[in-house]
Amino acid sequence: MNIDNIKKEFPIFDNKVHNNDLVYLDSANSSQKPRVVVDRIYDFYTKEFSNVGRSVHYLAVAATNLYENTRSSVQKFINAKDSNEIVFTKGATEAINLVASTYGQNHLKEGDEVLLTELEHHSNYVPWHYLRKSKGIKIEFAEINQDGEITLESIEKKITPKTKIIAVTHLSNVTGAILPIKEIIQLAHSKNIPVLVDGCQGAPHLKLDMQDLDCDFYAISCHKMYGPTGLGVLYAKKKWLEVLPPYQGGGGMIGEVKKEGITYGDLPNKYEAGTMATAQVIAFDESIKFLTKIGMDNIIKHEKELIEYGQELLRKNNNVKLVGNPKNKGSVLSFTIDGIHPHDIATILDEDGVAIRAGHHCCQILHDKLAIPASARASLGIYNTKDDLDKLNLSINKCKKMFEIK
Amino acid sequence: MNLKELYQEIILDHGKNPRNLRKTENFNKDAKGHNPLCGDKVHIYLKLNENKKVEDISFEGEGCAISMASASIMTDLVKGKEENDIKEIINDFLEMIKQKDKIETKLLKDDEKTKLMCLSGVKQYPMRVKCATLSWHTLTSAIDRSQNEINTENMEL
Repeated sequence: MNIDNIKKEFPIFDNKVHNNDLVYLDSANSSQKPRVVVDRIYDFYTKEFSNVGRSVHYLAVAATNLYENTRSSVQKFINAKDSNEIVFTKGATEAINLVASTYGQNHLKEGDEVLLTELEHHSNYVPWHYLRKSKGIKIEFAEINQDGEITLESIEKKITPKTKIIAVTHLSNVTGAILPIKEIIQLAHSKNIPVLVDGCQGAPHLKLDMQDLDCDFYAISCHKMYGPTGLGVLYAKKKWLEVLPPYQGGGGMIGEVKKEGITYGDLPNKYEAGTMATAQVIAFDESIKFLTKIGMDNIIKHEKELIEYGQELLRKNNNVKLVGNPKNKGSVLSFTIDGIHPHDIATILDEDGVAIRAGHHCCQILHDKLAIPASARASLGIYNTKDDLDKLNLSINKCKKMFEIK
Repeated sequence: MNLKELYQEIILDHGKNPRNLRKTENFNKDAKGHNPLCGDKVHIYLKLNENKKVEDISFEGEGCAISMASASIMTDLVKGKEENDIKEIINDFLEMIKQKDKIETKLLKDDEKTKLMCLSGVKQYPMRVKCATLSWHTLTSAIDRSQNEINTENMEL
């Protein structure tokens, strides 16, 4: 499969937006879906549907096999040691909430510190904030440098004897900074601190190897990986899943249920209560096949070329300012234009079929630090081309003209 | 309705050079408004005299061209009006943003109505309606003193 004409694999691009070809630059928010994924959902519901892990009839057995097959595919895709280390969740948000809640219950007490960074998405801050309320823990933030990066030193500076877990993003959804995640994990482990990585932006754009990375927890959002919505993955080391308490209670996660007490199921069922997003899990296997077929190395190379091209275009454009200037940057071009609010930019670009996001991108802490109320963000996926970035630049120029900005 | 009609000259002018963007001295009523999704913020200051007439109105804040223009035009139009009349104008404006084509209140002159109707195009852009209405809800709040901070996420448009 050739990445240069991959657009035709995505049915959405057959449609026009305001009579223009769609220039989709909002993949950090959610990516578009290839035909194979959409078809898989349809086929499952029309030909193979049943609930999984419960009944013994033909369809139930087949569906269970398909469901578990995706778990093995995910395990291979991220090179986890054991398929029981793969837990399906309703999203990366739930994956992080699961860790914060269960780890918080058993391993955190008043005065303990959780170390985050100023780059974190709200979903890697709010779940920890609950523990500030319920347990009296403290939350520390490693600070960004002037390029919008988090360095190993900035993490080291904030580690104290009270630091009990570090939760950091792999790739910032605003500045695009790729964190020195392996070094951060080595440093943390040298001090006996576990690390959770928010991999929402990492998983679609970087090559993942859980055994090499050695992180304790890694949260994945499937809808940002050309997969269905309503689905996330929590990778967690077996040693953690074995000792942490269950997250939600319900069917499927139990061992024995008696009036006087309950035992819980084996991994990974312990963390998958109730009927899961079955069709999404089964279709997600197609996303993984799709990414594997193109090859993560090719995807990384393609997106690196694009991001360099895009940065160059916007840097040359007067009054356009890039948000952050990280040396190791992935997939995200956030910018501001002097004299035009990001929401006006987004509405005006939309008229040309150019879809970007404007706002704080669920990163208020970062925007406060940068002293900007909002930013405009063009984010890339495998289907984008240099032509898309040229169209972005042309629309920005139209926008500037409308606001009489040179 | 196209983009040019939304971002017409009068909106761009008020957006770039908002009138009454300052803080009224000796104000006796005020309220803050916030649109957390956009980050738009507005703080409205009112000075009412003993006859409940607006002696001065001003605002501070930051936001997109639509929200700044809306606050700017609004503060211009309600100056000198009585509290009850302002409520009628606010209701009329919010009705227009929701569904009507025109401003109908007899409390405004024709050229004033024309100015407000420049914002009617925003209803074609549902995600931007909150930008246009934030300062108006905040003005209601300042008059009623009903809520300390208006948050567009917790209200119906």
